[in-house]
Amino acid sequence: MSLDGQPTASGGPTDPETLQATIADLEERLSALEAEADGDGEMVIISTKGSLDMAYPPLILASTAAAFGYDVTVFHTFWGLDILHEERSKQLQLSAVGNVSMPIPNVLAALPGMDRVTTWYMNRQMRTHDVASVEELIEVSLASGVDLQACQMTIELFGYDPDDFYDGVTTGVGAASAFGRMQTADIQLLI
Amino acid sequence: MSQEHDAVELDATGLNCPMPVIQTSQAFADIGVGETLEVHATDPGSVSDIAGWADSTDGASLREQTERDASEGTVYVHRIERVA
Repeated sequence: MSLDGQPTASGGPTDPETLQATIADLEERLSALEAEADGDGEMVIISTKGSLDMAYPPLILASTAAAFGYDVTVFHTFWGLDILHEERSKQLQLSAVGNVSMPIPNVLAALPGMDRVTTWYMNRQMRTHDVASVEELIEVSLASGVDLQACQMTIELFGYDPDDFYDGVTTGVGAASAFGRMQTADIQLLI
Repeated sequence: MSQEHDAVELDATGLNCPMPVIQTSQAFADIGVGETLEVHATDPGSVSDIAGWADSTDGASLREQTERDASEGTVYVHRIERVA
């Protein structure tokens, strides 16, 4: 815009009527964008880990986001599949090996049977502190409309049967389905 | 609708994150404009979580958060009104 009455580089008009029209146009576009932004959000989580401790963050975030009115998809691939596997989800393990946050030296944690001990301890702590079970969080997520997806390629890779998963889990989906959702999502997480 | 409290009550005691917020959201969906949902929780995190949820949820207005001592420990009471 020119300050001294000289024509602008683009030759843009500066008369009040045209400016008024431009402002009206911009206001209209702004309110359209605001209306769009007010719409319900969308979140996609890629869940890749099947240990007891790593099953919780995606399920807790997914069910919470659904409570906030978000449209949520959790795409489970590789060991993340075990979270949706009805039988295996009840046997998720916690290992202290390589976990520097746990007060057990690796040399002890690597002993046979130690994963069972740490898993038992964690499960007991969770019950003591009223933390919901993985199964409960899956049920609550499905009931709140979260789309729990099981990657078809890894179902085949691990030799699982699509019927082994909880009722309501989406099977027959791949990376392209996940990516399609991620393109439009407001939040995308890899866990 | 309880006459004594003039609010729909939700007992979320004995539940930990994220269950109080999830049950609050489900119960809130069932109340009408002008009605109040009163949530009882023992999770101390519910104070911040339910405030955050109410802040982001259309029509939810957090009226009051109080705490009282009960046999199960401290109970956090959240009153949320549906204003739209």
